[in-house]
Amino acid sequence: MSSNLAVKLSDVTAGYERNILFAGLSLEIGAGRFTGIVGPTACGKTTLLKVMLGVHPVIAGSIRLHDAPVSRIRSNTIGYVPQLGNTDWHFPVTVEEVITMGLYTNGRIWPWLSKKERGKIQAIAHRLGILDCLRHPVGNLSGGQRQRAFLARALINNPKILILDEPTSGVDIRTQHEILHLLNDINAEGITIVLTTHDLNAVASHLPWVICFNRGMVAQGRPNEIFTNEILTRTYGGDIVIVKHQGHLLIANSTPLNFADDSKW
Amino acid sequence: MVEYILEPFDYDFFRRGLLAALMVGALGGLIGVYVVLRGMSYIGHGLSHAVIGGAVIGFTLNLNFYAGACALGVFAALIINRITQNTKIKPDAAIGIVTTAIFALGVAIISKLRNFKQNFEAALFGNILGITEQDLMIIGLVTCITMVTMFFTYRTLLFSTFDQEAARIFGINTGVAQLLFSLLLTLVIIVSLNVTGVTMVAATLIAPAMTARMLTDSFSKMVVYSTLIGAITGVAGLYLSYIFNVASGATIVLFSALLFSLSLLVKPLHSH
Repeated sequence: MSSNLAVKLSDVTAGYERNILFAGLSLEIGAGRFTGIVGPTACGKTTLLKVMLGVHPVIAGSIRLHDAPVSRIRSNTIGYVPQLGNTDWHFPVTVEEVITMGLYTNGRIWPWLSKKERGKIQAIAHRLGILDCLRHPVGNLSGGQRQRAFLARALINNPKILILDEPTSGVDIRTQHEILHLLNDINAEGITIVLTTHDLNAVASHLPWVICFNRGMVAQGRPNEIFTNEILTRTYGGDIVIVKHQGHLLIANSTPLNFADDSKW
Repeated sequence: MVEYILEPFDYDFFRRGLLAALMVGALGGLIGVYVVLRGMSYIGHGLSHAVIGGAVIGFTLNLNFYAGACALGVFAALIINRITQNTKIKPDAAIGIVTTAIFALGVAIISKLRNFKQNFEAALFGNILGITEQDLMIIGLVTCITMVTMFFTYRTLLFSTFDQEAARIFGINTGVAQLLFSLLLTLVIIVSLNVTGVTMVAATLIAPAMTARMLTDSFSKMVVYSTLIGAITGVAGLYLSYIFNVASGATIVLFSALLFSLSLLVKPLHSH
């Protein structure tokens, strides 16, 4: 019988060499959900995503996506957007060439695009508002346009699950909102979205479902339910202050920074 | 005047050399795009040394130049591939260790066997005018294999060169792609040795690709431009070497450096 789960991790242990990042992790993400994974730097968020994607070997446990073992999942079931901070923006590729990479596992061996492929690229570029940029080098685009180009690459095969690693890092607050709105629209079409973020205020607090993660799951739920002093302190360490204002959450470290005497400025 | 220009084409050795320079230039230009974009510019220099070490070992075992060079060149490429995949050693360090060790083995064998009489001057500095029919056939075969393979793996190689991890996640077997690329690169370096020699083979891989990079921001165009620039460089360099009576390998490399300098005038590095 088919369950309604997009992602199911059972008793998973994973890490690097002798450094176990998380042990015995069990986690379920329902199909069609929009889930954010938050946690401090080096807490295992990206490794968790790679485990879900089936590209990071696990020491123990099992991973199932839509009821099938991750090893048997066809690559076009999952769309993936990497952390763009690691991308070489001097690499000579146009937006069209980046989007085309999403089609590379469809079995076509000719280097050039078929008419059908060109149609798909134009349709997805139009949907994401980058049709006019197709011939532009991807390195010349703004942060938001770059993210859209990589989103287009991830979405071109109509995946059931979209996984994004820090999709809002390195962009301004307005672009962050643009990206979140875009992801919300994609999620409304029935695609399960899982993303990581370290930004609690501008990103995580706006998401419908959040997993607090630090070498294991600390808590999961709606942000206004789980962003409590106790849970965030367990996730990030240190004292956390949470301010609620007109339905919005504002989260900050309670220890003020004491810079040197600023009178000279 | 026309007779003077066409004079070198009267000679068989020149026509053979020209064909070899055309093919090797185009091959270097094509594979050089991936070498440069993968940040492996040093590999041409390193593998050519390993190949010489291999040729020496081959001669001591009564094998011909290509058999020993190919075996040790491929061995070096596989070892470099293996080391960089499974350890924290970066490609430049792995290339430095593996290829120098194989070259050193060749030198050690030469020094031990006092009666070693094989002359490696052609492989060290290139001897394009000494290209035989057999050399030409081998260069032609490697050109066909490389061009056809790179044509049909264009999509795989582009994605794995741009972002290896994402390519793997999208379902591309990046390990096989990397292995295939290393093998082709080794073959290209081996057949380039008679044209430019060990000392200058790296430039034939890097200069056309860098010149093409200055002219375009599109990967597909860069591949086409670099292949054409490599071919033109090979032919023009050899022709000029005949006219000015200068070593062919050196002239080809100097001509490719000239084209790169001109491309800088078209699009200065800092304009990107």
